[in-house]
Amino acid sequence: MQSRVIIGIAELAVDIAPTIIVTLGLGSCVGVTMYDPKNKLGGMIHIMLANSHGDTRGKPAKFADTGIPLLLSKMLERGADKNNLIVKIAGGARMFGNHVPALNVGGKNVKAVKEALSALGLKIRAEDTGGNRGRTIELFLETGDLAVKVIGEDVKII
Amino acid sequence: MKGGTLYNRYSKVMEDLLKRLSDSQIDAIKEIGNIGAGNAATALSEILNTKVNMTVPSVKIIPIERVPSVVGGLEVIIGGVYMRMSGDAPSNLLFVVPVESALSLMERVLGYRPMDYTNLKEIEISALIEIGNIMCGSYINTLVKFTHLNLHPNVPYGTIDMAGAVLSEIIANLGEVADYALLIETVMTVVGESPISAYFFLMPDPDALTVILRSIGMM
Repeated sequence: MQSRVIIGIAELAVDIAPTIIVTLGLGSCVGVTMYDPKNKLGGMIHIMLANSHGDTRGKPAKFADTGIPLLLSKMLERGADKNNLIVKIAGGARMFGNHVPALNVGGKNVKAVKEALSALGLKIRAEDTGGNRGRTIELFLETGDLAVKVIGEDVKII
Repeated sequence: MKGGTLYNRYSKVMEDLLKRLSDSQIDAIKEIGNIGAGNAATALSEILNTKVNMTVPSVKIIPIERVPSVVGGLEVIIGGVYMRMSGDAPSNLLFVVPVESALSLMERVLGYRPMDYTNLKEIEISALIEIGNIMCGSYINTLVKFTHLNLHPNVPYGTIDMAGAVLSEIIANLGEVADYALLIETVMTVVGESPISAYFFLMPDPDALTVILRSIGMM
């Protein structure tokens, strides 16, 4: 039986095949997925902001700088092989277009996610970021496929 | 770290304040929402030339990350218009309608119903933004009269997409400085052949709430 695990904003999940991990309606937020194909083990996090500024009271999964190391450590705890991790990211849109000076959360989030991954020595295999549309993403732990759904468009597999 | 101090300070100010709000302060906040939204509803009623009913506002204090789900779920498709209110009490104003209601509103302004909401023309989305603009403007005008604060509207922005995607970008800015949001929510219903339901939200910045309460002698 395939079960779907849905994570909300500032949440993460790690699971094994044949589960599908889903997050709904990513706007400026960024979804980061890690997948170990040998163990068919994968995880996803829904990041809302770039930097925790050292704040430790809130949810660590809310921020790129604290959430990404946390996702990696949860993956390793479950027995993932760090050298085989396939990392994909999606989201980081500017929902109201490029002409809103105050709202540039998406771009900052993508940048922070990339920095946090790189600091852990993780490379990004595929990404679908930017633009001005919301995304729902689904990580299939049987295959490692990441489906990206945008309203009014065909599903994209990255 | 300088940023960290700022973050923790605002976060703590907001959290402490929200925890300490008395019933009479919450009632005062509701009353502000009531008067503001009442005038916004009247403005909407004038644009549409129909009766608009509204609920008594509810005041919600919820974790930032749960705000996008208050309109029915992260994947629900909505039309959203956002305006930043600046001045003495900087806040976010949000006008949110389910997609079918958004299309009905656009229809009444444009004279036709846009066929494909995933591929809207500039003029079509502008129609929705203009409605939001008028409503936010009238809400702010009322707040100015009521509080005698110096408050101004800014350029409105709008789009139609999944609620999570539309709302998270707005609250992310607030999330930089606070863990909790104060949400003053009013639900409006447009009476007519195709009933329209709309949400109107005022989300004061952490410091703005204190300023508003002080201006009406509630703090």
